[in-house]
Amino acid sequence: MAISEQELNALKETAKTIRKDIVNVTEWAGGAHIGGALSMVEILVILYFKYMNVDPKNPDKPDRDRFILSKGHGGVGFAPVLARKGYFDFDELKSFNRFMSPFGMHLDGSKVKGVDASTGSLGHGLPMAVGLALGARLKKESWKTYCLMGDGECNEGSVWEAAMAAGHFNVTNMITFVDRNQLMIDGKTETVMGLEPFTDKWRAFGFIVKSVDGHSFEELAAAIDFAHNQNDKPVVIIANTKKGRGVDYMEDDVKWHYGSINSALSEQARNSIDKNG
Amino acid sequence: MTEITGTTWTVYDANAMTQAEIYGHVLAELGQTHPEIVGLTADLAKSTKIGVFGEKFPERFFNVGIAEQNLFGIAAGLAKAGLLPFVSTMAAFASMRACEQVRTDICYQNLNCKIIATHGGISFGTAGSTHNAHEDIAIMRSFPNMTVIVPADGIETANAVRACIHHPGPVYIRVGRGFEPTWYENEDYGFEIGKAVTIHEGTDITLICAGITVLQAGEAAKVLAEEGLSVRVLNMHTIKPIDQTAVMQAVLDTRRIITIEEHNVIGGLGSAVADVIAASGKGCAFEKLGLQDEFSLVGYPEDLYAHYKLDTNGIIEKVREVMGRDFEEDEEWKDEV
Repeated sequence: MAISEQELNALKETAKTIRKDIVNVTEWAGGAHIGGALSMVEILVILYFKYMNVDPKNPDKPDRDRFILSKGHGGVGFAPVLARKGYFDFDELKSFNRFMSPFGMHLDGSKVKGVDASTGSLGHGLPMAVGLALGARLKKESWKTYCLMGDGECNEGSVWEAAMAAGHFNVTNMITFVDRNQLMIDGKTETVMGLEPFTDKWRAFGFIVKSVDGHSFEELAAAIDFAHNQNDKPVVIIANTKKGRGVDYMEDDVKWHYGSINSALSEQARNSIDKNG
Repeated sequence: MTEITGTTWTVYDANAMTQAEIYGHVLAELGQTHPEIVGLTADLAKSTKIGVFGEKFPERFFNVGIAEQNLFGIAAGLAKAGLLPFVSTMAAFASMRACEQVRTDICYQNLNCKIIATHGGISFGTAGSTHNAHEDIAIMRSFPNMTVIVPADGIETANAVRACIHHPGPVYIRVGRGFEPTWYENEDYGFEIGKAVTIHEGTDITLICAGITVLQAGEAAKVLAEEGLSVRVLNMHTIKPIDQTAVMQAVLDTRRIITIEEHNVIGGLGSAVADVIAASGKGCAFEKLGLQDEFSLVGYPEDLYAHYKLDTNGIIEKVREVMGRDFEEDEEWKDEV
């Protein structure tokens, strides 16, 4: 599914809206994992606004595609996508983090429409995604499972247990993404616990690796199209991204893994997004 | 193996089949009428006997290798896809290696996933504490949404496996290694999740048991009856939710309670019973038999059961001790219970 100029512009506009939403929700919430939310925007936008078969009016429809945000702390980035897709009113996110709110730091599938798995603890998403994909295959159903992990998350052993199983069971109805923003809480991934040679690791576990610019809709689309037509091996798309993308004072700065912003910083962030895209 | 099919109950020759083998066959039988059942294990298809299901339904069986975290994560995904996963591995690994996956992926999401944890307690005695599980009940009962069942023997395991299919949400069924003798002769004694079974009636003291201790306590009650002691024995196969009515009736009727479990005395059956009694405000003589907050010794299970006073002789000894204990009577209880 090649992207037309018109579609590309629409996706870019949606991404811009989502980024400003993330900034607003972070301000309302009194703090959020904003850096990693901003780095994964294009991945979520292209999945929810181009590829995934979902119906916000019928969020549990059996043949829907599934999405697992394995980097569950990205809830502040995921919730606005679901809101803009139509699962619930965006203004509901004003309660984010507040007492009794359905929306917390890590989204709860039993409380938030459109969330297929409750995640938060790292290294849990890919095993569940493998299970979902095996289930679809067993039931001879054609829906697909998408799983988005963080790069720091790939320190977790359970990620590689699941990768081994995906290769072994040849799970080709699942597409795995890694938001490779190079940063984790304590610093650069390669300083804290090196992942490289990252693509070689995935290949060794039986995957076909597509390494793309994670902020390029064209490159993401090409990789997803490739994965959809791949029946020999599971595919992982390593999306090379920038943490804090779009907000000039946050980009590539580890201190914005989690942060709170006042109204002045919030406005500055929105202006930066308007300028940078 | 003796198998009678076509009747309500399937009777297995429990002398020739282990507890785990019986459940493996029951699951394989259920698989015929329940196409949604899938089986999973982590390189223990043979040891846990879930391989019996796997041989019959290879396409519905997933051996994920020695990777218990992934085992329960995949099970969660399969449950989300609308299937009914039965996951079998050793109790130590289900409860500890994959603790967070069971808690967060399965219980937090309240998924319809059934766990058959084998080699529970000290039943794998020679393996020592790395493979024994004397904490698993404490761990599992602390998870919201989880139901915890410790069947008395292979026959009751068959009942539990059948019953859990109609019991939505996560269920943890803890069995032994499989070579334990059975108390029950057939499945037709009225098994119901959450409802204790009185296997021996009595009015002097109540033994509240689960797992292998049911048989041992049942035998102890027979011996003590010859001495003129009237011993009630409750098979508390469901530890969560616990049968509060049966516990309080025992307190009211006998005023002396001993809990007997193949588990640390912290957090297991004894603690669950103590919670009920403490909340009631009623006093009674109370003792917990089990591992006294220690790692298990190495040995054959029967030697270990004797050492930890979980066998008939040990139970008799403890009953005599508790019968000799004074405590304050309160004759007004009957109106309150």
